[in-house]
Amino acid sequence: MIHVLYFAWLRERAGTSRESVETRAPTVSALVEELRARSEGHALAFSDLRAVRVAVDQKLASFEAPLDGAREVAFFPPMTGG
Amino acid sequence: MEVRVGPEAFDPGAELSAFVAGVAGAGAVVSFTGVVRGDGGLEAMEIEHYPGMTEAAIAGMVDQARHRFGLVAVRVLHRHGRLAAGEPIMMVLTAAPHRRAAFDAADFLMDYLKSRAPFWKKELGPGGSAWVAAKDEDEESLDRWAPDRA
Repeated sequence: MIHVLYFAWLRERAGTSRESVETRAPTVSALVEELRARSEGHALAFSDLRAVRVAVDQKLASFEAPLDGAREVAFFPPMTGG
Repeated sequence: MEVRVGPEAFDPGAELSAFVAGVAGAGAVVSFTGVVRGDGGLEAMEIEHYPGMTEAAIAGMVDQARHRFGLVAVRVLHRHGRLAAGEPIMMVLTAAPHRRAAFDAADFLMDYLKSRAPFWKKELGPGGSAWVAAKDEDEESLDRWAPDRA
């Protein structure tokens, strides 16, 4: 089980800020493919991955990152702090 | 506390005074305050963040800055939630033996906060709301601090 978090417009498109997912996806990319199938909103959120950043267990990661043992995966747009 | 993330408003003048009072003998103190712009009819800003990762990411930047620039003290404040035009959003304070290190450390921290701290801004105006897009120039600013450029 992995906790999936969404922020900013990914949250708005996916229609949720947090969900628990039963998955055996080996990588972030594989997880994204599974999430896309959850709803039209999810598919829209992940329609252009160039605009999406990911963190695995609160550390920035790539879409190729393995999910072995990961507990939390977050998706969000490029950050705009400061 | 070196890193403070929360919805509460803060007084930049009072923060600076308290910081200076706590770093007697540092030689140089630099502060930067980011404020919600009021141009284009912007009324307010909603700032979303990633609780937990935000604090850890900023703490990591602060550690890097302290070692890289030999800081005597450093503090980062960043708000989230709804902020009206004109309200301070965030503040970086650095103290070093000499001014160059204090300026550079504040500049470094600002560049990292812009693009590597998990905050997202949404602008609210008369015509509705829109997420602020990240700028290419913010990523380019970060490149300035790459090890081979140092």
